[in-house]
Amino acid sequence: MQLQMNLVEEACKELYIRALKVLPDDIKAGINRLDKSETDKRAQVVLKTMITNISVAEREDNLLCQDTGLPIYNVKIGGNVQFDGMALMAAIRKGCERATKEYPLRSSVVHPITRKNNHTSCGIDMPAIHIDFFGDTESVEIEMVPKGSGSENNSFLKMAIPADGINGIKAFVIESVVSAGGKTCPPTIVGVGIGGTSDQCVAMAKRAATRELGSVCSDEEGAKLEKELSAAVNQLGIGPQGLGGDGTSFAVQVELAHTHITMNPVAVNMQCHSARRARATFTPSGVTYGF
Amino acid sequence: MAHYNLATPVSEEAIRKLRINDTVTLQNTLFGIRDATQIQMFDHDRKTRFDLNGHAVIHTAPNVRKVAVSKEFPAGYEPICVGTTTSDRMERFTHPLMTQNGVRMIVGKGGMREGSAQAFKDLGGVYLAIIGGTAALETTWIEQIEDVDMDDLNPESLWRFKIKDFGPLLVAMDSHGGSIYQEVKSDVALKKEAVLKSLGITS
Repeated sequence: MQLQMNLVEEACKELYIRALKVLPDDIKAGINRLDKSETDKRAQVVLKTMITNISVAEREDNLLCQDTGLPIYNVKIGGNVQFDGMALMAAIRKGCERATKEYPLRSSVVHPITRKNNHTSCGIDMPAIHIDFFGDTESVEIEMVPKGSGSENNSFLKMAIPADGINGIKAFVIESVVSAGGKTCPPTIVGVGIGGTSDQCVAMAKRAATRELGSVCSDEEGAKLEKELSAAVNQLGIGPQGLGGDGTSFAVQVELAHTHITMNPVAVNMQCHSARRARATFTPSGVTYGF
Repeated sequence: MAHYNLATPVSEEAIRKLRINDTVTLQNTLFGIRDATQIQMFDHDRKTRFDLNGHAVIHTAPNVRKVAVSKEFPAGYEPICVGTTTSDRMERFTHPLMTQNGVRMIVGKGGMREGSAQAFKDLGGVYLAIIGGTAALETTWIEQIEDVDMDDLNPESLWRFKIKDFGPLLVAMDSHGGSIYQEVKSDVALKKEAVLKSLGITS
């Protein structure tokens, strides 16, 4: 399959707008689940307002949240696909810019020193584009994640050492969730990266935070930790919006990589309750959209 | 836990009546303000032409569409999606916003810290919590963008919204030293020790 760049550009525009408007089913189910089990009265009101907002956004065909976030495009390319890499990067950027200008969306992207906003959601190395390869298929998947700043501003890395052990990792996750409090727009997905290099560790935390709810870490030890920490964070009492209650997080999700004998790095990245993402799948028969 | 319907601007007396866990619905006017707006106002001494005395500000930078100026769109902007950002980043601006501009209500999400609590107590102000991430709902409470100042900072301009039935909002910090966030923080600190213990971690 030859990847058509005009289709990529169009899809990358469409994905940004779709992601901002409709929450994936797993996230909707997550909010409903927390609402059903919530024991705190104030938190029940908060969760119900979130549920109302989801239906208002769908009814009014509006954005769920005003934060258009930092645009992230995760691209997975099958083995039997021909494409021009530079043209692919350009098409993604163009789609992102067109969504911003044509819809129009608020451009939340500024130069980090001058703070100048080009009103395109694009800039130096922005949108964030990650390209990976998979299988022997004639298909391409592009996932779009608008990452809100409330949650992104609460990102943490600790280059723990072997002597800190697994307990050092667990304590760091708990401390991070406590220090974020209501600023991350809880209930959150707490993404945890363990191992690798420092940059891999942070990237894994982000991948974990944006993974589908209900998905499980492919490593057995990571999966065990997910279960243990998911239960633990909802005993902290931070609650939805940090106003107290049971529902602090949907889940703690873990991604890990082998690391150095002298290292024990851990990173935390959180996703807010409006855990937005959208996906386009390209096959020889066309483009389909989902989550 | 009383509910108040407040038409802006409000008096100090009206603010002093509010207690944490009360709810408020705002009417009339609401000003949108954000990081860049307040950095300009308080770090670069830039003055706004708006009179914020007794008013409410909301921590926001909205999605808007530029349109021709008309009766419906007097500022040349159509609101698309107006929501609320994390207040904590703007903690150091609460005091000057109240002393220099007379603001009495801050609408935001995630709460503010001790400096704001002190300013609310000393000067007569409140923090009204909105549910972050519920911008589609909030937008239905905005009737119009009436005016805009400091628009070179767009989208972090100083916006004047005409509002109707904006709320209910939760009084999360009051003018008597009450703060739901402080209560939750104390509770979480205790629970954290128990959680760490349950994970087999002793400090």
